[in-house]
Amino acid sequence: MTAPIRTPPGLLRSTWLVLRKDWLIEWRTRARLTALIFFALSTLLLFSFAMGPDITMLRVHAPGYLWLAILFASTLSLGESFRVESENQAMVGLVLAPVEPRAIFLGKVAGNTSLLFGLSLVLLPVSVALYDVDLSRNFGMLLLVLLLGCIGISAPGTVYSAISSNARARDVMLPLLLFPVLVPMLLAAVSATKFALVADPQQQLSSWVKLLTAFDLIYLSVGFLLFPRVVEED
Amino acid sequence: MSDHPALDLRDVSKRFGARWALARVSYTLPAGRSLLLTGHNGSGKTTLLRLISTASFPTAGDIVVYGDETRSARDRVRTQVALLSHASFLYDDLTARQNLGMLAELLGLPPATTVPAMLERVGLGGRGDEAVRQFSAGMRKRLAIARLLLKQPKVALLDEPFGELDPAGISQMEGFIRELQAAGTSVVLATHLIEQGLTLTQERLHLNQGRRVDP
Repeated sequence: MTAPIRTPPGLLRSTWLVLRKDWLIEWRTRARLTALIFFALSTLLLFSFAMGPDITMLRVHAPGYLWLAILFASTLSLGESFRVESENQAMVGLVLAPVEPRAIFLGKVAGNTSLLFGLSLVLLPVSVALYDVDLSRNFGMLLLVLLLGCIGISAPGTVYSAISSNARARDVMLPLLLFPVLVPMLLAAVSATKFALVADPQQQLSSWVKLLTAFDLIYLSVGFLLFPRVVEED
Repeated sequence: MSDHPALDLRDVSKRFGARWALARVSYTLPAGRSLLLTGHNGSGKTTLLRLISTASFPTAGDIVVYGDETRSARDRVRTQVALLSHASFLYDDLTARQNLGMLAELLGLPPATTVPAMLERVGLGGRGDEAVRQFSAGMRKRLAIARLLLKQPKVALLDEPFGELDPAGISQMEGFIRELQAAGTSVVLATHLIEQGLTLTQERLHLNQGRRVDP
């Protein structure tokens, strides 16, 4: 029997294969996705109850609560993303296949970003109902801000999730490592979301979007460089 | 046939914390030959296989596979070596077909033709669309060997390949090992079933507390 001709995939194709695998796993375990959505919805609901019926205050704080809900949910999704890799040492299998570790990083970031962005799309109409925000003011920019913010959480989240995946107290370790790194990016995301939802007389939105983009580029670059050292054993 | 030996261990040591799992192990396996790796539990067999596979790297010394040093040429070594380990490297939430399909694509093989043939070959032809989570330990082992066979390695590292298999599965596994050898693959076999291992290999390396000793 003649051996089939091999044409090993490059970085982009490998990234796509890792992403597609993560989507397949998410689709086959939809219960986890449902849990993620309900967790985020519950967070939004609790914040709205805590604030009381003052509609002005609710509108003002809506961007912060929206990002807190996404942030809290991200710890669940990021942890789960690497739990499937540590089960049966599947990550080792990927590295030995061999898959370029940077392709694993990019695929995982894309997978986590798509999940969080999808979640944020679900949360938007709920924010309208609970916080009376106006999405029509600058909807395109709002989507861009959400996407950039989700990348900003997923890029360092993927690195830290990989680091903590084999730790005994990984569920505690991930937020401890991740949240301090995310604070500056979250401040930019909350501000950008605020100016996309309310009046922006001083045209500040574009500056915040640029800052968010800069954070994303920094997180992606650092993760891209560091990830091989995280997944390769000494 | 390559001029290089299949495997060259040069004073290989591996330390975990304060404990030396391997201490100055040297050995050369000629190309095309197969090696039986023996020793008690904790003697360093699994550690050595992981080092050869590039899942981990020596604390001191070098491992050279067909002329490529594992640390500096890890990408090339990884294309030539495949490991059947205690861990299956499988995604439990995916089906057997999806697991093999992804690996086939990563290896640059056409999954439409290679995966069904491989599932048939390991006796999982009718179970390809079931999630791996539903598989028994023996079925997982078969799927894990399918991953290894798909890779068509020049060096196959088998860590206790007969564990969790029924007699028919053991006989099938022996068949796979002989097929690999017939295709020119050097097999490194770590097993406690020494008599069985001796019938499948030409060379032997015995480890005791991480050191090479005469069997």
